[in-house]
Amino acid sequence: MSIKDIISKAFGSKNAIAGLIIVVFFALIALFAPILAPSSGRDAYQMPQGGYSIEPQAPNAQHYFGTTENQYDLYYGIVWGSRMAFKVGITVVFFALLIGIIIGGAAGFAGGWTDEILMRLTDIIFAVPSMVLAMVIAAMLGRDLDNMMIALTVVSWPSYARLVRGGVLSVKEREFVLAARALGASSLRIFLKHIMPNAIYPVVIMASLDIGYIVLTAASLSFLGLGSPVGTADWGQLVALSRNWILGGHGNPFAYWYTIAVPGGALLLFVLAWNLLGDAFRDILDTSSRKA
Amino acid sequence: MLPLVMLGVTFFLFFLTQRLSPEMRASLYIQDPRQMDSLEEVIEKYGLNDPMPVQYFRWLKGAVKGDLGYSESANMPVTSAIKAYLPATVQLAVAAIILVVLFGVWLGIISAKYKDGLADNMIRFFVLAGFSLPIFVLGLILLMIFYGKLGWFAPGEYSFTADMIIHGANFKSYTGFLLIDSLLNLNFYVFFDVLKHLVLPAVTLCIGSFALMVRVMRSSMLEELNKDYVRSARARGLSDFKVIYEHAGLNAMIPVVTLAGIQFIRLLGGTVIVETVFDYPGIGRWGVECAQQLDIAGVMGFSLMVAVLFVLGNLAADILYTAIDPRIRLK
Repeated sequence: MSIKDIISKAFGSKNAIAGLIIVVFFALIALFAPILAPSSGRDAYQMPQGGYSIEPQAPNAQHYFGTTENQYDLYYGIVWGSRMAFKVGITVVFFALLIGIIIGGAAGFAGGWTDEILMRLTDIIFAVPSMVLAMVIAAMLGRDLDNMMIALTVVSWPSYARLVRGGVLSVKEREFVLAARALGASSLRIFLKHIMPNAIYPVVIMASLDIGYIVLTAASLSFLGLGSPVGTADWGQLVALSRNWILGGHGNPFAYWYTIAVPGGALLLFVLAWNLLGDAFRDILDTSSRKA
Repeated sequence: MLPLVMLGVTFFLFFLTQRLSPEMRASLYIQDPRQMDSLEEVIEKYGLNDPMPVQYFRWLKGAVKGDLGYSESANMPVTSAIKAYLPATVQLAVAAIILVVLFGVWLGIISAKYKDGLADNMIRFFVLAGFSLPIFVLGLILLMIFYGKLGWFAPGEYSFTADMIIHGANFKSYTGFLLIDSLLNLNFYVFFDVLKHLVLPAVTLCIGSFALMVRVMRSSMLEELNKDYVRSARARGLSDFKVIYEHAGLNAMIPVVTLAGIQFIRLLGGTVIVETVFDYPGIGRWGVECAQQLDIAGVMGFSLMVAVLFVLGNLAADILYTAIDPRIRLK
């Protein structure tokens, strides 16, 4: 199946189109963040703090979505948070995919001992639940955005490496590879020109659909205080800032509903959209889990 | 293979902990700021400046003997901390997996029965939404409603009154599992109290992870419903209920068993966030505390334990899979 076929087939489903619309919506917010929420500071990802009052403010004319504890503007946080989500998701997927392709490709193509050693390396990462491993790595490297992305990359590459390896193994024995070899092509040329293009595109599609999952894991780390630094426009951190207010006050248990509903809603929509897209593509790409 | 992987995991984790400077690691041993002058002595005493492999082998030697060091965040040796926290987590994971299997199978059957109908579409959307809702957001919202508004379920593992009873003189600890211990003590107040505190975290875990179960049950059920024996059963005039639940349903549950095994293990690792949200004193919350406070012995012990459980669990699931279905028995 060519890429064109896959894409046209995937968008035959309403769910996939709904997912795409939401993703594009967030992408536009991320793209136009400097216009939607102009920043005054040097680092735009750092949320401006309007005072030091602990109590969140309900949505009003100045703060469209209200403020969190310590007066971070939720609107600003959501807008720049979408940019942050794309930044984290794309960076992590890119590097994890790069490592996965290199290691998986080498393992599948070389075979033998190289394969054995590289695959045991993936076993080591797979032996610990990814959330736990990411948490430990992020904690040991220190609370910082780059370190969080490193942690997420380390736990993400092995699954891509295995997929690429599988792809390479299945393509390696095909006739056109044999033909190229018979024509006297070098190993490197065969690998780069004939095997890789045919082995990786399903993995590339699957990996890019993992952006939602990666943003979710990143938000979890931030929620635990092991991800982005204090005050970063990051949805996970905004949710963490709501923890002290979920019981409400002034005799109203839902008095501070917006502190959780706004960042939680943004996260839900973002992840849901990627899952809707992912479902449609997975049905087509992954024949083993095809629905009856 | 398993020991080799474990060696690799611990070496990798140990390598990570060495990213912290010897001074930072030494300060863990210091409780009083006035002792800061003796930082050098501490580094010397515990060999924190030694080459990394030397330190790793020292840790490994202890680990083999069952000594994983002292967890500062739990204020007890790591092995005692694991013993103290693991039962609560297992209890939570068992409660959650029961819910996952019950709801997963039930919704999967309904979804397959009304394939592409309204019920099917609604279930599939609900499941996908539950899967997409971050577990900490869901947990906080449930707390807001059921604790803040309705006051039905409180966070924690048990109430203050139950705490008094559990740590009282008449309550004997047999297994460490409070649900079992309270029954053995014939103390039903504690039993129901602990059970009540399990509801919210278990439901949260369930909603976050039963998507896969519903999906697998649905496709397995659809496959069974198309088979000849189902048609014969219908031809013999059996009721819809009997055909669906007794004939097709039971056969469709084969993949569910394996999946339940795998998911149970995943839940053990996935309780990290739920336990933190609900302030539930299990292994996951302890792990988070270790990571936050850079309690190195704790982090090593926690991840080693999770890794062992995870690997053994996956192995057990593989064995279970071949044991339960004669068609896929490996030669």
